[in-house]
Amino acid sequence: MTIAKEKNPPVKLPNEPTITPQIVAEHGLAPDEYERLLKIMGRTPTMVELGIFSAMWSEHCSYKSSKVWLKKLPTRAPWVIQGPGENAGVIDIGDGQAAVFKMESHNHPSYIEPYQGAATGVGGILRDVFTMGARPVANLNALRFGDPAHPKTRHLVSGVVAGIGGYGNCMGIPTVGGETNFHAAYNGNILVNAMTVGIAPTDRIFYAAAAGIGNPLVYVGSKTGRDGIHGATMSSTEFNEDSESKRPTVQVGDPFVEKLLLEACLELMATDAIVAIQDMGAAGLTSSSFEMAAKGGLGVIVELDKVPMRETGMNPYELMLSESQERMLIVLKPGREEMARRIFEKWELDFAVIGHLTDTERMVLSWHGEVVANIPIPPLVTEAPMYERPWTLTPLPAVLDAAKVPAPQDHKAALLRLMGCPDLASKAWIWKQYDHLIMGNTAIRPQDGDAALVRVPGGHKGLAMTSDCTPRYVQAHPETGGRQAVAEAWRNITATGARPLAVTDNMNFGNPTKPEIMGQFAGAIMGMAEACAALDFPVVSGNVSLYNETEGRPILPTPTIGAVGVIEDIAKAVGSRLTQAGLALVLLGETTGWLGQSLYLREICGREEGAPPPVDLAVERRNGDFVRGEILAGRIAACHDLSDGGLLVGLAEMCLAGGTGASVKLPATATAAHAFLYGEDQGRYLVATDDGAALLAAAAAAGVPAALLGYAGGQALAVEGLLALPLGQLRAVHEAWLPDYMNSAA
Amino acid sequence: MKAAVLVFPGSNREGDVAQAIELVTGRRPAMVWHGDGDFETTDLIVVPGGFSYGDYLRCGAMAAQSPVMAEVRRRAARGVPVLGICNGFQIVTEAGLLPGVLMRNAHLKFVCSDVHLKVETSQSLFTNRYQAGQVIRVPVAHAEGNYFADAETLKRLEDRGQVAFRYCAPDGTVDGSGNPNGSINNIAGIFNETKTVLGLMPHPENAVEPMFGGSDGKGLFEGMVEALS
Repeated sequence: MTIAKEKNPPVKLPNEPTITPQIVAEHGLAPDEYERLLKIMGRTPTMVELGIFSAMWSEHCSYKSSKVWLKKLPTRAPWVIQGPGENAGVIDIGDGQAAVFKMESHNHPSYIEPYQGAATGVGGILRDVFTMGARPVANLNALRFGDPAHPKTRHLVSGVVAGIGGYGNCMGIPTVGGETNFHAAYNGNILVNAMTVGIAPTDRIFYAAAAGIGNPLVYVGSKTGRDGIHGATMSSTEFNEDSESKRPTVQVGDPFVEKLLLEACLELMATDAIVAIQDMGAAGLTSSSFEMAAKGGLGVIVELDKVPMRETGMNPYELMLSESQERMLIVLKPGREEMARRIFEKWELDFAVIGHLTDTERMVLSWHGEVVANIPIPPLVTEAPMYERPWTLTPLPAVLDAAKVPAPQDHKAALLRLMGCPDLASKAWIWKQYDHLIMGNTAIRPQDGDAALVRVPGGHKGLAMTSDCTPRYVQAHPETGGRQAVAEAWRNITATGARPLAVTDNMNFGNPTKPEIMGQFAGAIMGMAEACAALDFPVVSGNVSLYNETEGRPILPTPTIGAVGVIEDIAKAVGSRLTQAGLALVLLGETTGWLGQSLYLREICGREEGAPPPVDLAVERRNGDFVRGEILAGRIAACHDLSDGGLLVGLAEMCLAGGTGASVKLPATATAAHAFLYGEDQGRYLVATDDGAALLAAAAAAGVPAALLGYAGGQALAVEGLLALPLGQLRAVHEAWLPDYMNSAA
Repeated sequence: MKAAVLVFPGSNREGDVAQAIELVTGRRPAMVWHGDGDFETTDLIVVPGGFSYGDYLRCGAMAAQSPVMAEVRRRAARGVPVLGICNGFQIVTEAGLLPGVLMRNAHLKFVCSDVHLKVETSQSLFTNRYQAGQVIRVPVAHAEGNYFADAETLKRLEDRGQVAFRYCAPDGTVDGSGNPNGSINNIAGIFNETKTVLGLMPHPENAVEPMFGGSDGKGLFEGMVEALS
């Protein structure tokens, strides 16, 4: 291929259709976006070129509706090595080590084909992390399903969980944490948000920016097939009743190949052969080659006939838009091709030099010697559509007066109802299908703490990690909900004794062209930005999933927050298990009895109303810093943040996790008993300590409200004068719901 | 004790078992690639857990045909001890070093959970650190751990004391409540006739440190060190 030929206009392929407004619309490009394309190209595009613009300018790849808002999030801190914009975020965790992490959605594919959709979601996020040179050490996932009574829900839960397990288990990466909620708003659009955390040496981080004119562009991994064509475009539209006919746009995963790819890439990364590396995720070869060249300010020639193909008769359009999994694109230093080839052949993976870098700032694609696409790279980036869509903020609902919420007739029945409701019932049926112990570093397992805790290999450090969001709060008031999601993630990390370091955000919303949806997005970002700034908790990576609507009905706004923190000495960390009789139970933080938007209100009273609990970020920080200090000083034996369900549910969870009962009584100052027990006031922790008086004194000195509620012991949960419940009965109800639901006939 | 840990494409607990061996012996075992028909002489060969060859065809079936397993069969015949864990149990069974077969779990799902095991005998190089009848807690993580053998084979295994571990309740009762996969006679692990080959589904290598899953599995490695050093 000569450079002279590069300047030629592309040839038309046999059977290539003429571009019509209908074809443009089918590619998801609005008429004004197509005008923009024509201006950049100065001519009618070929089908391949149209496909490339369509993918690169899809919401999924371009963030065209969200970019103006995402810029408002704080992304810097002294420990941030790489913020948003790369495959994953990177933070310094000391000792020359970095944590590399990101959360990403695979919502639309998982609804259409739950097993493969969820599996490839895990595969994609794992690649994002090991592309940067990190060995993945943990996976988490945040799942939202529709009403359990909806006819599709059981099938979706079953497929998604099997898919996540099938991929992660085979890869040998422990799946250590996550969350699962159910709400009718997700009936037609479930959410599957997958997060991976990896560890890399700080001086061996790999990036996507290409460099070195003439350097070879190398394709490794699986062969390219016809799966997933236009996945990025599909994910950028609303669903309708025809969506299931889009099943061919869902990719098919092979975790075995990805495991080989992981080992081969890490082996190559241990040499000095790599200039840049990028995984082929959404929009496959198109976005990977394009982004590498764009970030490096270079051009690229790709000889598409050299791409390893799984089936015969594939054409350039299909090759560029396939989302076949387990593939990587690498720019090598010159002369390293054979050494690299040997590594990939050892792992029985395809390896092909498919092109090279140029100084033209153009993406030129050839097919058996003929140019089939020739696109200027910079304008496709700089002239990409970016929308400041109209937005209307959700007004703050009236605060619900707790006095207007009835007390339960029977606290025992109320607690059992809550502990057995879909959102609070044990998720052991799910996480027991995930290998959460492989690698031998899992110190806090699912359900044993607010955050998972994983030892950093080769030392005494631990990484705490969690995912959080309370969509009903975000729906009620996005700013408060955004603030709360960040604060709860920070609190969950804190509750183990770890120092919260950074956040990855997975923004799941409805159709952004509706001002009220865009307003939810804007409000959530405002709240998140405020909380991230106040808690020194920067956003280092993230993902946006819009158009989560079916037949015009949007999901609850769900900005899922994934977070990571570090503890220097993992032996000092605590979980939430109450294992020792005699420990004093101390409530830290202020309880006003906030019942608006609480689970008590929804599950017991059948109402979803009021303002969500406010988050005072200064108080949050003060309380959290105090708790962390006490844990590290060895004065706290178990700690649990209080969130969904309030104090009584939190205490019940601690008892069940550790197999020890508790007897408590309400403080004289308590508001109405039901408001005190079920209110969801923020910034609170329930801790167990062997010296309650000392903790109360320390809390008083730090200005943190504290109350001694009672002591651990026995095999029942008792609240003086209100309830006494054997743990066996509580456990039976808590653990029965999900298996019973999954095993019952549809 | 000098140990070799085999590595197949798709193995993923080779690091865990190597870490456990190193913790006990202070010495990193040799990692042996599946294509190597010949490897250095060792006191112990470990076939680790994972998804060799993606579990495609049938768990362990393809790995059993690899060059390295031909050599393992030769050495096992000479009496070199072999420990197969999880997928390694499936591989050594497929390779004919142990009788029976590991079927899909009765509930058809992958299961990762702590289980309790009853140690059936202390009279082996693998179990000499335990008492017969002792109950230990170690994790399982598998989808195909449902051990099955025909009645005649099973009788032979039982009669000759070749059952190494059985799933049980925390108090040692051997009944369905402690069985995570539906295996026949609650079998979790078996020996060959000479008790020089042990295959088991649970992961003692993930139970060697109190903070990380307990340390009940450590005895297995300490016992081997005692017998083989």
